[in-house]
Amino acid sequence: MILNMGPQHPSTHGVLRLLLEIDGENVVRIMPDIGFLHTGIEKTCEAKFYHQVVPLTDRIDYLCPMTNNLCYALAVEKLLGLEIPPRAQWLRVLMNEFTRINSHLVWLGTHALDLGAMTVFLYCFREREDVLRLFEAISGQRMMTSYFRIGGVALEPPLGFFDKARDFARRFPACVDEYENLLTSNPIWGMRTKGVAQLSAEDAIALGASGPTLRGSGVDFDLRRDMPYSGYENFKFNVPVAQEGDVFARYMCRVRELRESIAIVQQALDGMPEGPIKADAPKVVLPDREKMKTQMEALIYHFKIITEGFTVPEGEVYQAVESPRGEMGYYVVSDGTAKPYRVHMRAACLANLQALPKMCEGRLIADVVAAIGSIDIVLGEIDR
Amino acid sequence: MPWAAAITDLEQLKAHPAIARLLAWDPAAVAGAKFDRDELSVYIERSAIREACVLLRDNPDCPFNFLSDVTCVDWFPSEPRFEVIYHLLSIPKKERVRLKVRLESGNLAIDSVTPVWPAANYFEREVFDLFGIRFNGHPYLRRLLMPEDWEGHPLRRDYPVEGYR
Repeated sequence: MILNMGPQHPSTHGVLRLLLEIDGENVVRIMPDIGFLHTGIEKTCEAKFYHQVVPLTDRIDYLCPMTNNLCYALAVEKLLGLEIPPRAQWLRVLMNEFTRINSHLVWLGTHALDLGAMTVFLYCFREREDVLRLFEAISGQRMMTSYFRIGGVALEPPLGFFDKARDFARRFPACVDEYENLLTSNPIWGMRTKGVAQLSAEDAIALGASGPTLRGSGVDFDLRRDMPYSGYENFKFNVPVAQEGDVFARYMCRVRELRESIAIVQQALDGMPEGPIKADAPKVVLPDREKMKTQMEALIYHFKIITEGFTVPEGEVYQAVESPRGEMGYYVVSDGTAKPYRVHMRAACLANLQALPKMCEGRLIADVVAAIGSIDIVLGEIDR
Repeated sequence: MPWAAAITDLEQLKAHPAIARLLAWDPAAVAGAKFDRDELSVYIERSAIREACVLLRDNPDCPFNFLSDVTCVDWFPSEPRFEVIYHLLSIPKKERVRLKVRLESGNLAIDSVTPVWPAANYFEREVFDLFGIRFNGHPYLRRLLMPEDWEGHPLRRDYPVEGYR
């Protein structure tokens, strides 16, 4: 029998449609059907100036906007050969880790909700609200932040921002304990997740899985540590790895990542350097508001960047960052004009979704729900 | 810090494990190489792509065991019009390499690398959907993102941004 699951189904985290071929309660075959949220972002990018693409990158993955901003900005900066000042790099790391916490909290809440643990959802969204308030303070937006710009970050953090961030970093580890108290040793949670939807290390690599889906299968690889970008080499953190390859292993990886992220946040707050937040490249980076009002030259640069963009030397770049879901990559091709010739996003979820049939075939329908939650898909990123 | 000029001379690049392995196998399979902005691109002949991928995946010195991405660039109206692009990653050695295959617009078909990495399945379907390139030997080559009955391939350069009205 063929059972249609989705695209409007609460446990598919968006508009994912799964065709399940079932034999009683057992799943024989899974055929994911995607594309319901396809908006042609890659095509749109080709018609925009380089700096106009930044807000589009937020909208690919609404749970980790800054990770996408960062990846795109790094790719274009690599094309331009721009050097980013240390303060901007540290601010980027700081906000990137807050983004990871934000994303993992939504994942944990909804994943637990799918498997019948309602309380965790409420707790996670309580802390997520604090993170979103920090986003709003620094960028003016809760979700579509567009805070990272080509050449640096948009604004200096407002007064009191670092105090609020420190306060959150102090409180948060106790909150993670709270989530873990509710789940980690909970026998019902264990029954729903342990030994469910297993994926071996070989299969994970062959299927292109990355991030916690890969590390949950025992492959110790994290782009932040192994191929550092944006100053990650200055931070000390562990990469959580679990060997079992089941839903519980991926859960443990992400929960431990929450603790590692908050440790990185602490280091970034303690060692935040002083200095400029934008690169010294007047033809690429918008001038200060104050300078624009008092200096003719700054006003001219501002006018020129806004009206005709800036040209980028010919070439191509593939830049990958460790997003909360895995390897997020931007492949940007320039033909020497002010608009990108091609922007391609390597979506971590698209590859991770390919592992779903491998995980679930031969198991119960209820396990499919657990498996979807455990690979943490965002359909906006899959469909682009 | 502006980048140094790109190196396109194969002689200077043959020390790289990926190029060394491919040249040792079949020098005719490598159509060129480019080292630009710290990234290595290797041009591969169309007929050799699947075997080149197997070789690089199983290369004992530097196994490129992870397929990050497959995509395509349309250079309309110049010829060869399409470039199919493979981003390979070596998890043990933490290296990347980019393979490129040029396709003339008269013959838009290339061997699928799905038998080498199952990960290529969705990536190749996406390229087929949005660029109209056929992958021989692909297990399920159908549109991935666009509706089944869609006409045209939206990411081609001659396809208008607003679509046909």
